Amino acid sequence: MQSIVEFKNIYKSYPGVLANDDVSFKIKEQTIHAILGENGAGKSTLVKILYGHVTPDSGEILINSDLAMINSPSNAKNLGINMVFQHFSLFESLTVAENLILGMNEKIPLSKLKEKSKTICDKYGFNLNLNSPISSLSVGQRQSVEIVRSLLNNPKILIMDEPTSVLTPDEISKLFKIIKKLVKDGLTVIFISHKLEEIINLSDYVTIMRNGKVISTISTQNEDPETLGYKMLGYKVSKAKQISGINFSQEIFRIKNLSTLSKDPFTINLNQIDLNLKKGQIFGIAGVAGNGQKELMEILLNENDYEFSGDIFFKDSNINNLSTFQRKSLSISYVTEERLGHSAVPEMSLSENIFLSMNHKSEFKKGDFINFEKINSFANDVIKNFNVDTPSYNVKAGKLSGGNLQKFIIGREIMSNPELLILSQPTWGIDAGSEAFIKQTIIELSQKGVSIIIISHDLDELLEVCHKISVLYEGSLSRPLNVENINITKLGKYMGGLFD
Amino acid sequence: MIRVKLREDYSNLIFYLSPLVAVALTLFFGSFIFLILDLSPIESFKIFFMSPISNSYGISELFVKATPLAIIALGLSYCFKNNIYNIGAEGQLTMGAIFGGGIGLLFNDSTSVFLLPLMILFGAIGGAFWATIPAILKTKFNTNEILTSLMLTYVALFILDYFVVGPWKDPAGYGLPKSMPFPDAGRLPVLFDGLRVHIGAYFAIIICFITYIVYNKTLFGFKLKVSGLSSKASQYAGFKYKNLIFYTFIISGACAGLAGLFEVSGPIGLLYRDISPNYGFTAIIVAFLGRLNPIGIILSSLLIALTYLGAEDAQLFLKIPSAVGFVFQGLVLFFLLGTDFLNKYRVSIE
Repeated sequence: MQSIVEFKNIYKSYPGVLANDDVSFKIKEQTIHAILGENGAGKSTLVKILYGHVTPDSGEILINSDLAMINSPSNAKNLGINMVFQHFSLFESLTVAENLILGMNEKIPLSKLKEKSKTICDKYGFNLNLNSPISSLSVGQRQSVEIVRSLLNNPKILIMDEPTSVLTPDEISKLFKIIKKLVKDGLTVIFISHKLEEIINLSDYVTIMRNGKVISTISTQNEDPETLGYKMLGYKVSKAKQISGINFSQEIFRIKNLSTLSKDPFTINLNQIDLNLKKGQIFGIAGVAGNGQKELMEILLNENDYEFSGDIFFKDSNINNLSTFQRKSLSISYVTEERLGHSAVPEMSLSENIFLSMNHKSEFKKGDFINFEKINSFANDVIKNFNVDTPSYNVKAGKLSGGNLQKFIIGREIMSNPELLILSQPTWGIDAGSEAFIKQTIIELSQKGVSIIIISHDLDELLEVCHKISVLYEGSLSRPLNVENINITKLGKYMGGLFD
Repeated sequence: MIRVKLREDYSNLIFYLSPLVAVALTLFFGSFIFLILDLSPIESFKIFFMSPISNSYGISELFVKATPLAIIALGLSYCFKNNIYNIGAEGQLTMGAIFGGGIGLLFNDSTSVFLLPLMILFGAIGGAFWATIPAILKTKFNTNEILTSLMLTYVALFILDYFVVGPWKDPAGYGLPKSMPFPDAGRLPVLFDGLRVHIGAYFAIIICFITYIVYNKTLFGFKLKVSGLSSKASQYAGFKYKNLIFYTFIISGACAGLAGLFEVSGPIGLLYRDISPNYGFTAIIVAFLGRLNPIGIILSSLLIALTYLGAEDAQLFLKIPSAVGFVFQGLVLFFLLGTDFLNKYRVSIE
């Protein structure tokens, strides 16, 4: 087999970081070639260069041994390179077929396009109704639309950026079957991921990147998740372990029959949600993004007086009508999914960001004045206790890396001594070291008697730290499953909406 | 194709330096205006910017103009920091003059030392009252405060018009649209005999000092800062945005009303139609040129006040219309917005 793509000495720098540092490797034709690396390792930059989305500072790309000048995505498409992005670019109110025709380079009548698309769908097992509007589709189906749209261009090379991050386990195995079939029919797939098992299961070769550099390109045949993980990080990460077999008794938090009746077609209505959380327990809410997580979090935070029916109890008192401020004063803490601009202000210093969340605490105030001395020393404690890598508390929050900022935010909330901590996507998009640290911290916190709710799309993370897991699907919450003796098949079914 | 991209290395230093760059550009392009008018730029600038403040009278006049600008702009900075665009300060100023001046006319034979403080109080109340209207409309009906506050300016001007041609017209005023003069007890004390600079200047400095403390040391200032930077973070912190809208409108309205009262009970001494040469609008430029920073606002109010004086001298000695002063104010704002934009975004042509 000859190599279809060859990267030669690719450099690309952004202010403050070298995203690609002398990247060179080859991709063989008709293989599944994974690019593995942590967030920020430079894998997305590299494929964006291949797709003509980003121009490298220097270096060459050879396609079929010929020097290729790829300076725009349409240029890349002409060379047979297509890409399925992590974030979809579909028009919600248009139908599948209309979205497909919008992605075509050549002019083609709609009827002919439908015919062509149908052949592709049947051949590879995409379950799509070409006349449904995108807004009625699940995330998995939307991804299928993106893939079919790429296939309509008869690509030679298909780049997929973290395609599994939005899928249920069931959908993932379907996708993998499709990818394998596509490769058999002549396609070369470049697959980006940071999930080790997936890469071993799916791909033939893997290029491991770290800090913008290529560590090595190897066959996946003789690798297991542990060896691959070590190569990716350069150090060993010990898995966090939740203690099992605890009997929880005292109830702390309860959601009873919570429903919403919004008429906004772009929100998910919650449907009779019941949840019961004990002291010291960690409760995971799993599910694919867009199944009501955002809405549930909004009701828990109560930032906008979101309308709902049902009741929320904290330590036996009804907190339905309590404001964010009042809930925080009752020792409920929150970490939102968005770090910058929600649970932290990027333009403000770390000290100021402490006060952002702690302004209800009287120890940081002298009447209407702010006690900056106390806040600064508190910020110092957070930085020290939670290994936040920063020169000082005067640094602006936006200057910290994702992992460091998340450690700072979670540290801040933990040090406010909450009785209930609600976390949304606590380890999303951060480096493995910080991720392991945060998981361990959460587990230790629960052992001190703090109750924790984690809303996350990352099933592995939930299985690692939670005592119980429920699945949110189209606004309904499944029965909780005990993590100790969990039935993964059942969990997978729940994620696809098959509750019992 | 022109491409506009957000800069990742947005500079804070340049943010504070850009007013100087804007002023330099204004002078540079302003010199072309003089050239087109067949005047020597250097001589013209001397007349425009130097001669007005070459004697004690001129310096006093500079403070007379800078005082209302600074007071209004300091008030507006509360709104602008909170991302609320109150551009109706001119109307709030007018309402302050009507309320406070009305007290002066009501007790026009008073000699009490309490008359002036009462007028000042009512001046502030008048301005705050007028600013509450767009605040209510914004919080209850989600109307755009830019439109409502601007439109209310014209309403306020017509109300003043009504009073000075109607019920408050001076019977001994030969039918001119003006009120009778305020009693001496209702006049603002001047700082130096024979000069017009009045104790309003002290108020400007005090308000500047208080504002500095509020912005840097208090919970309220912190709330304004957070809400201005990110409304979501402000909700996360548990701040009530609607309350902040009210407070900032009331503060800025009260400041504008105060400035209006100072004008009529200070240099003018009575109520008539044209009590303000657009101080309320010009103060918007002052606030932004001063980077919404209290000390910056004091400096920028002096600079903009100079354009008022310079325009008068230019009319007198260069025989060019005094509107040239507004041209310079406009240029400063234009270049300030331009430098801010270029500091925030990178523009490239491909």
